[in-house]
Amino acid sequence: MKLERMRLGLRINQNNIIIFSTLLLILLLYGAGSVLYTGFFSWQVFFNLFIDNAYLIIVATGLAFVIITGGIDLSVASVVAFISVVSASLLQQGMNAYAVMAICLIIGILFGAAQGYLIQRFDLHPWIVTLAGMFLARGASYFITTQSIVIENPTYLSISKYKIHLVGSNFISVSVIIALVVVALAVYAAKYTEFGRAVFAVGGSEKSSVLMGLPVPRITVLVYTISGFCSALGGIVFTFYMLSGYNLHLMGMEMDAIAACVIGGILLTGGFGYLVGPLLGVICSGIIQTIVMFQGTLSSWWTKIAVGFLLFLFILLQRVIVIRRQRRRVINHGSTMTPPQLQPLTNAEYSKL
Amino acid sequence: MSNTRRRAANIMHTKIIWPLTALAAILLFNLFFVPGFFHMEIKDGHLFGSLIDILNRAAPIMVIAIGMTLVIAKEGIDISVGSVLAIAGAVAISLIGVVPLWMAIGAALIVGALCGLWNGVLIAYLGIQPMVGTLILMTVGRGIAQLITEGKVLTTDSKSYGFIGKGFFLGLPFSIFIAAFVFLLVLYLKKRTALGLFLEATGTNKVSSEYAGVEPRKIYLFVYIVCGLCAAIAGLLVSSNISSADANNAGLWIELDAILAVVIGGTSMRGGRFFLAGTVIGALFIQSLTTTIYSMGVPPERIMVVKAIVVIIVSLMQSDRFRQMFQQKSKKAVIG
Repeated sequence: MKLERMRLGLRINQNNIIIFSTLLLILLLYGAGSVLYTGFFSWQVFFNLFIDNAYLIIVATGLAFVIITGGIDLSVASVVAFISVVSASLLQQGMNAYAVMAICLIIGILFGAAQGYLIQRFDLHPWIVTLAGMFLARGASYFITTQSIVIENPTYLSISKYKIHLVGSNFISVSVIIALVVVALAVYAAKYTEFGRAVFAVGGSEKSSVLMGLPVPRITVLVYTISGFCSALGGIVFTFYMLSGYNLHLMGMEMDAIAACVIGGILLTGGFGYLVGPLLGVICSGIIQTIVMFQGTLSSWWTKIAVGFLLFLFILLQRVIVIRRQRRRVINHGSTMTPPQLQPLTNAEYSKL
Repeated sequence: MSNTRRRAANIMHTKIIWPLTALAAILLFNLFFVPGFFHMEIKDGHLFGSLIDILNRAAPIMVIAIGMTLVIAKEGIDISVGSVLAIAGAVAISLIGVVPLWMAIGAALIVGALCGLWNGVLIAYLGIQPMVGTLILMTVGRGIAQLITEGKVLTTDSKSYGFIGKGFFLGLPFSIFIAAFVFLLVLYLKKRTALGLFLEATGTNKVSSEYAGVEPRKIYLFVYIVCGLCAAIAGLLVSSNISSADANNAGLWIELDAILAVVIGGTSMRGGRFFLAGTVIGALFIQSLTTTIYSMGVPPERIMVVKAIVVIIVSLMQSDRFRQMFQQKSKKAVIG
């Protein structure tokens, strides 16, 4: 996060305003919580934000790649639940814990690649394909079991209970390390690799990327594969957290992941976003959840409503930025082809969906 | 002879043939493999049987899918219908007993229309992508429904309210008459009014329709309001059928069923012309599929896998590239 800010030289412009508003929001929310509730301002509460949401950080970061190319992956939550069931049932049969993890990751990669292939090869709508993927993964876990399986594997238990002490007696879990490594890798991949630049290019304009000679088909399949992989990894981390496999885990979590991306400034029309964004988005909703918990009398549904409201605000902000960019583009080209009153509703947004 | 052949060819080219074939196939399957599927009897003056059951259960999907057809024909999507359904049910049931029945129903419909208005303003006037715009209400909607029901499952013993979803009229479930009424009303709008023309024009080519003097934004707003209203009607049907409002589970996944029904019915996700009759057949097909799987004794949860496969097959069949692949293959076969 520090690295990010140093590179930007702290200049606020259209490109980073969403990230800065998210950071500001996190500070405000955390400050409000600290003032209102005793015990809120402590290292452990802060670390718990990461511990409780490690899986979501991983899933949202993977999803961000797909969203940057202008696609969507709705299957993430079901894949996490499916992985939890698969690993629980394999562990129950006495399989080696590390072999189980490897199998889970392979399942995720294959699942994501298959979705990407269908979307790319047959020009299907990502919405429809990943919707089917969501059904498939949820349904497939019922084939294994309809019950919740408790995990008693010693390796899983020890990983789950392992505490890494930071700042006195406060601790984080192994999952947090995994999540942060994933975010760091994603930031690196997006900024400094050929693949990362190509992902942004495809999201900016698929046609121009094809004309530029970028391997668009391969990139499309790859981003869905990454999302599948991250969902599987998120599934493993979630299994550490819950220590059970159940196919009704995390109903509707795909919306939380999308919301985290939006709040973190990933443009839903594609082509723009910082990969550290999803992490910030997750922390933001995590703080809201913690405040609701500390408050005590509010029902947990207020979390949903508050996150929905934030989602609305950030989508509006994105919209304003996109409109301003389009205006600037029109002025730059000095074009009079498109009448200005048509601007807000024409162009790529509708062809995107 | 040539005349009949041409007519047959014409039928083959209409979009409705695909959903009809699918429905016929599933019914044929039932005829052979599920004994007593077509059995119907008259008890207390109403018809009973699997077919009637399918009609009754398909009614909410049908109503929502009709609204969804209009939205999808505008290259849009409304994934908040499940939540709107839950809100409308919660509003109606919480008001019954407090105010007269007609006012409770009216309030539920108004709330549904307001939800549609909210979606419409976001999408038509603020220019947000339809999926994202409706995502907000989808997430928040169930929370709102929870607040209305205060986290409980509300129940009612109002007989007249129960009639909407459980009652029988002329020997058939009353809900099917409501669905038919909605269908005919929208069909009338499409075929006989200028509005219908505008609806198809904006969906086919938005920019040129704007140049032609149609105001696409108003049309967009209108379709989302209609979709919200349809979801509210479905909410009444569902909540009256079980005489209770469950904010968590009412209409869960129904948006997927509705989208599936629309796509099977031949309306393209990329907008343009829409086929209301196709949508109705599509909804019937989905419910028949669900009922068939139930009656075969397959655990109901596994239905999701079947639906997923159906979605993929249907969308592959609509994909140009997939068809091209086969055309090329068949050409090659001829040459070879």
